[in-house]
Amino acid sequence: MTTIAFIVVGLSVLVVKHPRFSIEFTGGTTIQIQFDKAPDVAAVRSAAADAGYPEAVVTRFGSPLDYTISAQPHSSANGPSRIDSTRVQIEAMLHRRFGDTTHVRVLDSQFVGSTVGDELASNAIKAILISFIVTLIYLWIRFEWRFGLAATCATMHDILTTLAFISIMRLEVSLTVVAAILTVIGYSLNDTIIIFDRVRENLKKQRKESLRDVLNRSINETLPRSILTHATAFAATLALLIFAGAIIRPFAWVMAFGIFTGTFSSVYVAGAILLWIEAKWPRQLSTDRRPASRQGAAGKSSAPRVREAGD
Amino acid sequence: MLIVAMCLVSIYFLVPRTVKIPTRGKDGVLRTDTVRRIPLRKGLDLQGGMYLELAPDLSKQTLTPDKMTDAVKRAVETVRNRVDAMGVSETSVQTAGATSDKIVVQIPGIQDPARAAKLVEEQAFLQFLIVDKAQALERSLSRLDDAVKQAGAVVAAAPTTETPAAQTTGLENLLRQQDTGKKADTGKGGKGGSKAAGGRKDSLAKAKDSAAADTTKPTNGAFSSLINQGSMPGEYFVANDKGPLLLHYLDLAQVKAAFPPGKAMYPGRDTIQRGGIWYRPFYVVDANPILTGAALTDAKPNTNPTKGTVVEFTLSNADGRRFRVQTGKHVGDYMAIVLDGLVIGQPPVIQEAIGTSGEITLGGRDISVAQDLALVLRAGALPVPLRIVNERTIGPSLGQDSIDKGVRAGILALGLVVVIMIGYYRFSGMLAVGGLALYVLFTAATLAGFDAVLTLPGLAGFVLSIGIAVDANVLIFERIREEMDRGKTPRTSIDEGFTHAMPAIIDSNVSTILTAAVLYQYGTGPVRGFAVTLIAGIVASLVTSIFVVRTFYLLWLNRTRGAQTLSI
Repeated sequence: MTTIAFIVVGLSVLVVKHPRFSIEFTGGTTIQIQFDKAPDVAAVRSAAADAGYPEAVVTRFGSPLDYTISAQPHSSANGPSRIDSTRVQIEAMLHRRFGDTTHVRVLDSQFVGSTVGDELASNAIKAILISFIVTLIYLWIRFEWRFGLAATCATMHDILTTLAFISIMRLEVSLTVVAAILTVIGYSLNDTIIIFDRVRENLKKQRKESLRDVLNRSINETLPRSILTHATAFAATLALLIFAGAIIRPFAWVMAFGIFTGTFSSVYVAGAILLWIEAKWPRQLSTDRRPASRQGAAGKSSAPRVREAGD
Repeated sequence: MLIVAMCLVSIYFLVPRTVKIPTRGKDGVLRTDTVRRIPLRKGLDLQGGMYLELAPDLSKQTLTPDKMTDAVKRAVETVRNRVDAMGVSETSVQTAGATSDKIVVQIPGIQDPARAAKLVEEQAFLQFLIVDKAQALERSLSRLDDAVKQAGAVVAAAPTTETPAAQTTGLENLLRQQDTGKKADTGKGGKGGSKAAGGRKDSLAKAKDSAAADTTKPTNGAFSSLINQGSMPGEYFVANDKGPLLLHYLDLAQVKAAFPPGKAMYPGRDTIQRGGIWYRPFYVVDANPILTGAALTDAKPNTNPTKGTVVEFTLSNADGRRFRVQTGKHVGDYMAIVLDGLVIGQPPVIQEAIGTSGEITLGGRDISVAQDLALVLRAGALPVPLRIVNERTIGPSLGQDSIDKGVRAGILALGLVVVIMIGYYRFSGMLAVGGLALYVLFTAATLAGFDAVLTLPGLAGFVLSIGIAVDANVLIFERIREEMDRGKTPRTSIDEGFTHAMPAIIDSNVSTILTAAVLYQYGTGPVRGFAVTLIAGIVASLVTSIFVVRTFYLLWLNRTRGAQTLSI
């Protein structure tokens, strides 16, 4: 229940305030600069404005000496220009205001044309959808469709909570963050699969138990593994968060949250959904694991109450 | 059992070796011709450099998909030649995008976007255009004046967005100056290339000041007041310092709309002096070229006693026939030779139909000018103009900084994982840590072996995978523990543990590999690096946890025969 509330809050934030997309998706120029001493943000902003970019976004990037400036190229209505002069103009103005390269240096600059941005955005969405479909197909081959569907729903839950997390944290959505979301998908599926694998095994072995009990036991049996794997994965993410610098930080945040929500969903959400699917579409008697299925189905119907997520 | 153990041991000794050999081999090869270094290729974001994505500029012409593919293919070759000429090693030029309509250029070690962009963009985009004789410009002059006035109002209302900002910013640096000059020129589809005389830059700089002044208070008949009738039809003289202003006007959307349809206006490359004032000629021409540089098969410089320096060019047979038909139709017309948006010399009269060979007369210019021109025409005639759609410049210090931070994060991650594993599994944890050390080695070796590029997100993926790599071990250990709890001996427990954990390990890792593969397919640049390290990491972790750790166990079992307890 809490996750549903979290998703609702997060997604409403997403709707009310549009997520910050990096220029990889919107098109434009981003310049990362480093000063020799902490500058006044207002002065940096005014330098960007005086260079002809009053709408430029100036943000601190990690240490007080590092800043990024993001701006949209102007006079795009006048036809496509072959090269982007935004960086050159802003850089010149910065040098005029703050001194030569010993005082302010451009470390990194990126320009993305608007058409490319659209393409990257559609590619990102495509990547998420396709990875979804591909893993779904794999799961349906390896397990039966009920498991596949339950795993997909649990993963969907992870994507939604992660998106909510991104919007609440006001993280900038860049290609790296999309990569993080995809990794979270893989990670969470991984986790769900391990529990389901145990369920599958236990269903073969323990024919008398209801699915609910099997599920419960399987989750308990895999719990030490879950805790330990998450501890190590989280440790690695933590190391990234602390040491890897500002460029990787959004990625690390999304991963850290993803590990958390991935565990949660495989332990609580996936199982609950599997039970719900079983209740709705009981196993057919014609499967080759006939005795087990009958027992499972019988046990199921006697326990119509489904454990809810988060209880 | 012993045989199995022996087999596994040999597999264990085989696996690391087959993985390790390419590392050593590659390192050895590298040592022979370059300095010793880690055989891992660093991505641009880690070593500094430029990443450019170029796309055909279709604002001037449209191409059928077939022609487009061919044009991009040829453009790649041209761009590669030019990048190679920069003398930087490990550059890469390749097509990208869903329809391979983009060219991705990676140049390590170059941080000057102006320089690289100039080199990559140096067009040598050659067009043969028929000069307009019907006074099309005169007939629409009043409309053009209105258009400028209209646009002028916009200029006055929002000067920061409409005036090319280049004109208001600093001009201290020659490079920047050139760049602003280019900006003014881009409107006409070309740019003041390096071919332009040095003096022109100075005049441009001066012009910019006056241009800025003019744009803010537009005068009546702004357009018509700039131009004077030239010495031939379709030729117009514009005071040299007003040239950039006219180009700016021509770039305005309103002016473009008011311009005679099917016509275009290009500035001449050379200035002329009339009555003590320097003028730049502008030419009104048919917008559609009768021929472009794509048709060129050869070009060579020559000197001719009557014409001075010339560049002789040869066309392919098919294009030569087309050219003969076209020029046959236009006998008596003037033909402008436009290179990178600048008209070269005064357009000559077409005396007769020209076939597969012709020449560009450069007059009294030095032979070296002809040589340069011939070179760019030969090696660099781009079949289609290109523009930069994506550019990334990374300073070298940032790259080194990222590596340092990444390594520090990796060490911390490794340390934390080691503490957790040994703290929880004791002896078995140590075996897992041994496996983990091999895992790091294998992953690095795999990356080196496949010549993968290590990027910053890739480095992050690597650090992350350290945390996830032990997962398979954890699964197996948990299984072994369970078996031990059921009262089985260590040996059977270990065996059973490995067998039972296998389906779960395979399923979960295959799903992750599938996700990573999708990421590789749809990602670009750094993100691809992430996908590659992720896949390499998963494969390496499978190898270490299944073969290596198992072998460790078997070795331990053989050494301590009949052990009744297992520290796990």
